[in-house]
Amino acid sequence: MAKVELRDIRKTYHAEEIIKGVSLDINDEEFVVFVGPSGCGKSTLLRMIAGLEEISAGDLLIDGKRVNDIEPAKRGLAMVFQSYALYPHMNVYQNMEFGLKLAGMPEPERRQKINDVAKTLQLDSYLKHKPGQLSGGQRQRVAIGRAIVRNPKVFLFDEPLSNLDAALRGQMRVELATLHRRLKATTIYVTHDQVEAMTMADKIVVLQKGVVEQVGSPLELYHHPRNLFVARFIGSPPMNFLPVTVRSVTENGIVVALDHGAPVTVPVLPGETASAEAMTLGIRPEHIVLDPQGEITGTIRMVERLGALTLLHVALPDGALIIVQTDGDHGGEVDAPVGLRLLAENCHLFDARGMALTKLVRHRLAG
Amino acid sequence: MARKTQLLPKIALGVVGWAVALWIFFPIFWMVLTGFKTEMDAISTPPHLIFHPTLQSYHDVFAQENYWHFTFNTVLMSVFATGGALLLGVPAAYSMAFFPGKRTRGTLLWMLSTRMLPPVGVLVPVYLIARSTHLLDTIIGLGIINLLTNLPIIVWMLYTFFKEVPVPILEAGRMDGANRWQEISVVLLPLALPGIASTALLSLILCWNEAFWSLNLTSSNAAPLASFIASFSSPEGLFFAKLSAASTLAVAPILVFGWFSQKQLVRGLTFGAVK
Ligand SMILES: Nc1ncnc2c1ncn2[C@@H]1O[C@H](COP(=O)(O)OP(=O)(O)OP(=O)(O)O)[C@@H](O)[C@H]1O
Ligand SMILES: [Mg+2]
Repeated sequence: MAKVELRDIRKTYHAEEIIKGVSLDINDEEFVVFVGPSGCGKSTLLRMIAGLEEISAGDLLIDGKRVNDIEPAKRGLAMVFQSYALYPHMNVYQNMEFGLKLAGMPEPERRQKINDVAKTLQLDSYLKHKPGQLSGGQRQRVAIGRAIVRNPKVFLFDEPLSNLDAALRGQMRVELATLHRRLKATTIYVTHDQVEAMTMADKIVVLQKGVVEQVGSPLELYHHPRNLFVARFIGSPPMNFLPVTVRSVTENGIVVALDHGAPVTVPVLPGETASAEAMTLGIRPEHIVLDPQGEITGTIRMVERLGALTLLHVALPDGALIIVQTDGDHGGEVDAPVGLRLLAENCHLFDARGMALTKLVRHRLAG
Repeated sequence: MARKTQLLPKIALGVVGWAVALWIFFPIFWMVLTGFKTEMDAISTPPHLIFHPTLQSYHDVFAQENYWHFTFNTVLMSVFATGGALLLGVPAAYSMAFFPGKRTRGTLLWMLSTRMLPPVGVLVPVYLIARSTHLLDTIIGLGIINLLTNLPIIVWMLYTFFKEVPVPILEAGRMDGANRWQEISVVLLPLALPGIASTALLSLILCWNEAFWSLNLTSSNAAPLASFIASFSSPEGLFFAKLSAASTLAVAPILVFGWFSQKQLVRGLTFGAVK
């Protein structure tokens, strides 16, 4: 149906560049998620695609056609706003009808369409209600319904679930994913939520300060982050980072020495790596196991019990704190000493510029 | 104990509130009262609170001047000036509220500063312009000058009300395919309706009570109620009761209208609650 291409898109506010040249291909039927810290330009980028914000430089193509200067409604997009942005003076039916009316769709067709969509979103008994009479979840459904009835080529979502409570958010997430599978419309989705990004995306775009840091499938970003920023941003609790020094380079990878502890062989392509070079080793909390014979030892400083899992905050001899994830039944106690083993095949190495060294083996699910 | 300490300031505030309200209301009360007195009672000192009410002044007023002619002029002029000001003010406030530029704030302040000029300062040029454009003593002419003098306040008020409309709702309209005109008329105006109504009401009241230009730019054809009142003030003779009766007649329509539309406004405000 629709392919969206961004060619070196830029946005400047008052001589300050907010989006610094973003190029991106979004394929037909793809579900793309923009993530990044607050203020990185996710909304701005989405709004430029929507046509609500002027594109300062670069080209935006939808199905191969340049749409920079085409007004929002003519781009064939529909947007769902964080605040829902329903028309408060119109009832649910009129909210969904407004766009169809403006597009000149005849009345019987409109009614048919709205009733169909209302049914799939379980809104059929609320059609006469004003937005003010609905709950947050219902308003969100109306906002989604208003987007769906227009049969857009591309759906745009700006943090659509962030105003809902956790339970409802989980439910709406599943509904949105199901809806996407059914409608197969190209979707661009902005979120802060790791879980939303990981579970819904075909492709995640990580942004920082108006620059794309990495584009890839959720598991690609998880297993093969391109740099320190992505490694830190994807995954919760976040990856641990330890300063290391290169001991030697072997065909099985790079042998690095921790400040306190035994050497670890990280299976990565050495590239230009030289002996004695200072690097950063990254390891996720779920890839550290408790083992008295492990490479490093530390002291438990805090225990967070989540039920299914336990998170141990462990202080290393040099004072650095790392997080270790273990099973829910672990009986760890504060101030107890622990031995830790790093799963070498899950370790990441970053050079002095913060770029990741390529892994020898690609994860089988990383695409 | 805690309740008592909270109650005291509350009572004090209530007393002050009532005192101020009565202070403001007293002249109107006194005017209405005087209208029902005889001319002798009206000027007696100390003033009589107990007197024989009479409709004599009202009879005299209706006999002397054509009240309906003045009222008609005032209504026509006020509606014309208010409608025109809204027609110009809504697009201006829309662009300032939703597409502000570097100079928007400055423009707003400058517009308001024109109100600081005493009207008499521009009396001669305005009079000459009105004369050469044949707008002297016409409803259109008086309407235009009222429209222009009220426009800054109207733009300010509309700007403030528009600022309260959530921008994403307008953007949703744009995404739905609304053009500029539809965005304003179908999305923005209904949302800002209570604000627009109070702006219109204020403009009507300002036009209704405007005296300076009314007295200087009209003589008979287009004379509004301000001229009607003025025609009962004379340098000699007893005229207080008649003047009061005329004034009461002049303000009565707008007072009644304001009273009723105020209730409507409050209703509108609570019904249209956004969120
Ligand atoms: N109209 C504007 N004028 C000036 N600067 C703006 C404007 N809109 C956004 N910005 C700036 O652009 C940057 C990106 O904003 P944007 O809203 O796109 O961030 P975001 O990634 O969506 O953040 P969040 O996650 O908090 O929603 C911010 O630094 C913001 O201050
Ligand atoms: Mg945002």
